[in-house]
Amino acid sequence: MSRLHIETTINGEPVEFLCEAQDSLLAALRDQAGLTGTKEGCTTGDCGACSVLLDGRLVPSCLVLAAEVQGRRVTTIEGIATGDRLHPLQQRFLEHAALQCGICTPGFIVAAKALLDANPHPTEEEARYWLAGNLCRCTGYDKIIRAVMAVAND
Amino acid sequence: MTDRAAPVIGTRPVRHDGVDKVTGRASYGADLAMPDMLHGAVLRSPHAHARILSIDTRAAEAMPGVKAVITAADIPECFATVAMGELPMDMHDGSDNVIARTKVLYHGHVVAAVAATTVDAASEAARRIEVVYDKLKPVLGIDEAIAPDAPILHAGLTAGDWAGQAAGRPTNVASRMELKRGDLAQGFAAADTIVEHEFRTTMVHQGYIEPHACLARYGQDGRVSVWTSTQGPFLVRDQCAAILDIDAAKIKVTPSEIGGGFGGKIVVYLEPLAIALSRKANRPVKMVMSRDEVFRASGPTSGTVIRMKMGATRDGTLVAASASLWYEAGAYRGSPAGAGAMCCLASYKIPNFLIEAYDVVVNKPKVAAYRAPGSPMSTFATESLVDELARTLGMDPIELRLKNAVAEGDKAPYGPAYGPIGLQDVLRAAQRHPHWKAPLGKNQGRGVACGFWFNGGMGSSASVTLGADGSAAVVTGNPDIGGTRVAQAMMVAEELGIPVERVRASVADTDTAGYTDLTGGSRVCYATGMAVIRAARDVRDQLRGRAAKIWDVPIDAVGWDAGRAVPPNGRGDREALTVADLAAQLPKTGGPIVGHAALYAPAAGPGFAAHICDLEVDPETGGSRVVRYTAFQDVGRAVHAGYVEGQMQGGVAQGVGWALNEEYIYADDGVMQNAGFLDYRMPVASDLPMIETVMIEVANPLHPYGVRGVGEVPIVPPLAAVANAMRDATGVRFTELPLSPPRVLNGLEKSSA
Amino acid sequence: MPIRYEAPESVAQAIGLMQADPSARIIAGGTDLLVRFRAGQERPSAFIDVKRIPELVRITVDDGGLHLGAAASAADICEHADVRRWWPGLVEAVHLIGSTQIQGRATVGGNLCNGSPAADATCALIVNQARCVIAGPGGERTIPVEEFCTGPGRTALARGEVLVEVRMPRPAPRTADAYLRLIPRTEMDIAVAGAAVSVTLDEAGTCTAARVAIGAVAPTALDVPDAAGALVGTTIDEAALERAAAAARAAARPIDDKRGPAAYRRTVVGVLTRRAAHIAATRARGL
Repeated sequence: MSRLHIETTINGEPVEFLCEAQDSLLAALRDQAGLTGTKEGCTTGDCGACSVLLDGRLVPSCLVLAAEVQGRRVTTIEGIATGDRLHPLQQRFLEHAALQCGICTPGFIVAAKALLDANPHPTEEEARYWLAGNLCRCTGYDKIIRAVMAVAND
Repeated sequence: MTDRAAPVIGTRPVRHDGVDKVTGRASYGADLAMPDMLHGAVLRSPHAHARILSIDTRAAEAMPGVKAVITAADIPECFATVAMGELPMDMHDGSDNVIARTKVLYHGHVVAAVAATTVDAASEAARRIEVVYDKLKPVLGIDEAIAPDAPILHAGLTAGDWAGQAAGRPTNVASRMELKRGDLAQGFAAADTIVEHEFRTTMVHQGYIEPHACLARYGQDGRVSVWTSTQGPFLVRDQCAAILDIDAAKIKVTPSEIGGGFGGKIVVYLEPLAIALSRKANRPVKMVMSRDEVFRASGPTSGTVIRMKMGATRDGTLVAASASLWYEAGAYRGSPAGAGAMCCLASYKIPNFLIEAYDVVVNKPKVAAYRAPGSPMSTFATESLVDELARTLGMDPIELRLKNAVAEGDKAPYGPAYGPIGLQDVLRAAQRHPHWKAPLGKNQGRGVACGFWFNGGMGSSASVTLGADGSAAVVTGNPDIGGTRVAQAMMVAEELGIPVERVRASVADTDTAGYTDLTGGSRVCYATGMAVIRAARDVRDQLRGRAAKIWDVPIDAVGWDAGRAVPPNGRGDREALTVADLAAQLPKTGGPIVGHAALYAPAAGPGFAAHICDLEVDPETGGSRVVRYTAFQDVGRAVHAGYVEGQMQGGVAQGVGWALNEEYIYADDGVMQNAGFLDYRMPVASDLPMIETVMIEVANPLHPYGVRGVGEVPIVPPLAAVANAMRDATGVRFTELPLSPPRVLNGLEKSSA
Repeated sequence: MPIRYEAPESVAQAIGLMQADPSARIIAGGTDLLVRFRAGQERPSAFIDVKRIPELVRITVDDGGLHLGAAASAADICEHADVRRWWPGLVEAVHLIGSTQIQGRATVGGNLCNGSPAADATCALIVNQARCVIAGPGGERTIPVEEFCTGPGRTALARGEVLVEVRMPRPAPRTADAYLRLIPRTEMDIAVAGAAVSVTLDEAGTCTAARVAIGAVAPTALDVPDAAGALVGTTIDEAALERAAAAARAAARPIDDKRGPAAYRRTVVGVLTRRAAHIAATRARGL
């Protein structure tokens, strides 16, 4: 077998895994690293459910090869909270009922964190366009945007 | 922990499963794994319509890592039915849809399945299965399906004496139903104004973000365990039992968290395959659909052709309506045409009508339920025509609707009289709302539409256990798609008078939960909620019994107030006992307390909504955008206000997508051209404004709190609300959806020519 | 044969790998390649990841203008202060590619090499007089960007060649551009039609130079000299705008496909050309 041995950092921790050249980062996170919080919705980069941060940059992990993260830093939904303290985005999502089935929620929280890191005080329009790559079928986006704006306005 | 005296119902506590969902810990269908697990892959038909002549699996079986290959030959032909609430479900068709026996009836129809040690190995092996087909001409729409020389999907389907089909001859029209009242000819003769149009909608998909996923283990003892993302674990059990001819008592289904359903995760697709593969391979098998497979081969909803005619007198009274509704069933009979017929006139008192509904098979995936199945399409027709009548008569569109709107005591088109309902209330709320009078900008138009859904009742069970610390746990078998666990916890908290944080709500499996009908039909908060309330009251009564024992008084002398058992009057030497007090004494007073309820809820309170939509149109490109939207709905009683609002907003968003950009695009060979989220265009965050919701509460007398189903009604009005706004903005009446830019520009160019 | 993953660290290494194995594919952002791969439309023998080659990821501005590494991400391009200052129209176009997540991966080089007639960057590159720097076994060559794509999915690259960077001159004074596309939703869609316009004005407000490029209406993005010619020598008034639009419509050779009918695309590309020209002119007047 020609599996690649990858050493990377995920949520601040050193992680090693084996993968094939064609495996996506999404598959490696879920199947090798045991981090199933990042979800697969489409594998074509169109739904945002697989959003992670790669060296701080928001990317669709379904369109990143697992091999590419050698020596790099990956942040997933599992790394957003600090210990037992929820990130303000997670807290506001709960308070605003910004999730119904919850499958898109990890992707939205990672994407919204990237938004607020880049632009701490977005307008509603800026937030909506930034998050246009995250599909939600349950909420109509209203409460999600309210939750994000609540954090932005804190 | 403070004592709780204030009411819980109507507040907005954080949902109990919320932390798991915002941290990624919650376990959905594809998140499960077992040691020794294999992966399943499916071989799907490359043709939309063909006979299967032979299947040769030898090359696949020989591939490394392959542990089992199955075809329909591994599964007995199924003649069973499965009870689904009031309607039996014919599993012969359902079984054939899971894996094709003699014919493939749509592109993507399952022909064989493989279990192997990796996903790639399973897919590669599936590609090596050799199938010989005899290709047939596919039928891809209503018009084609009913044409005299149409290819026939099912040789055994013969026509009744209807609509030009030759009685007794093979047909693609599976059934006809009819609703009528009064005298149609007289009705139209009395009309001063008549409007008539033909409306067309395409097949669309529920669009849940989580693809179907399951994990099945067939044990050496013949016991089957299935973990799956589903709306109905008991239905999964019963369908798999029927399809595989396994005793249902041997199958345990554990529902995972579910990433959206909207009706599309009720019928089984993967589970029987995974079980059959596991049985053959003697190892657990996990199967996950790709997004492509979800679009091509799960259960979208019908495309339709609807001809409707309505007549009114000049004072705006509706006097007659006739409609013929043609709904695509997909590859097997069973579209929601009947429900569409029952809903389309449900909002209005019309003394004379005739509605005919036809169920038509076509070479597309078998349709499944999609949120108020059948109602959005037929209501699109009605509410467009009502809008036209308002224009012709020079009447305010809400006034015209109010003039004819049903109220308590009026008869629904399908027979029974309505109980207390809120249609007139929502229409008046819409009329009074600032949105209705707000000025419109350039190229903007406003549309209003109302809508109806029956909502369901059916059977539910619940149990509530009391802990020694005075906390409670409620268990049901209904997967939580939209916040029903927190609603159930709130009901228990309300009944027992304990803080909602002290109640845990769980979803159990088919061995440990009492039977419950599915999560769907807008029934969980209503019917399962009713069982939860009853079970909590059972606990409360048992607690009164314990207090009676402690005080040595008859149980009838024990009162209950806000979480306390209250001693009879005149016994000032006794303190009231809280739930915590009583719970601490359970062992001494008789042991554990568990409350139960199992019931069949009467058909629920029907729901009505009215929506106002403002649309801005670019007349040079035909592009459009919703710029303001307000949804008014009679919600009976909102248990958790935030999640009721969420149901309204989500339904609006799906309806807007259906109206503007969503459609199944087929090539002439029956292959779907846009089976992905890039070209199947659901609304994204930047496509929508904030969706304002106005909840009106007309209590449903069938429920202790007045709860009425809320989840499905909100998808019904948007199709016409958007189309009416388009009419207002452009002067052009569009009767075909979606209102994609090319269609709109074409319509604008034609009308100005 | 299992698929290989290689991460060369120099242009020479990358050329060597591509020359040795014509079935290998360069992966930059992967936003087109991996989608095709997962759909079974393409099966490379190897993924050649070029993002560790400095020349391919750098973004630099010097007296010669902009040097845009072919594998620099859209997000990096759109955040770069100098690019935003001097080539705002290009930033606008690049920023339209996909979602924020896709922006974190997609590259201009990949956008060009994918050869989609609807690529959002190509029209803006054409009107900015971009040139493609290609390195291969025979050395380095430079071609105008409008010659890079030769048909849907086809490029001018020969075996062993690698697109290294895209170069653009500094815009002349009082030059501004704009790119518009028509999509059914507000985001996420592939362009149904697109138009980029660059105009240079003199002090009196007369247009002295212009370029117009249209996308998604022909097998490749098209440079439309007739449309540019309709603007030059005018004050970009209504009549000139309408002539430019008519020229764009005449140059378009659209097809019917699932994203839009041909007639619609032809009409809309005219509308977009007119609007983009108006925006570019307004911007140039403000400089």
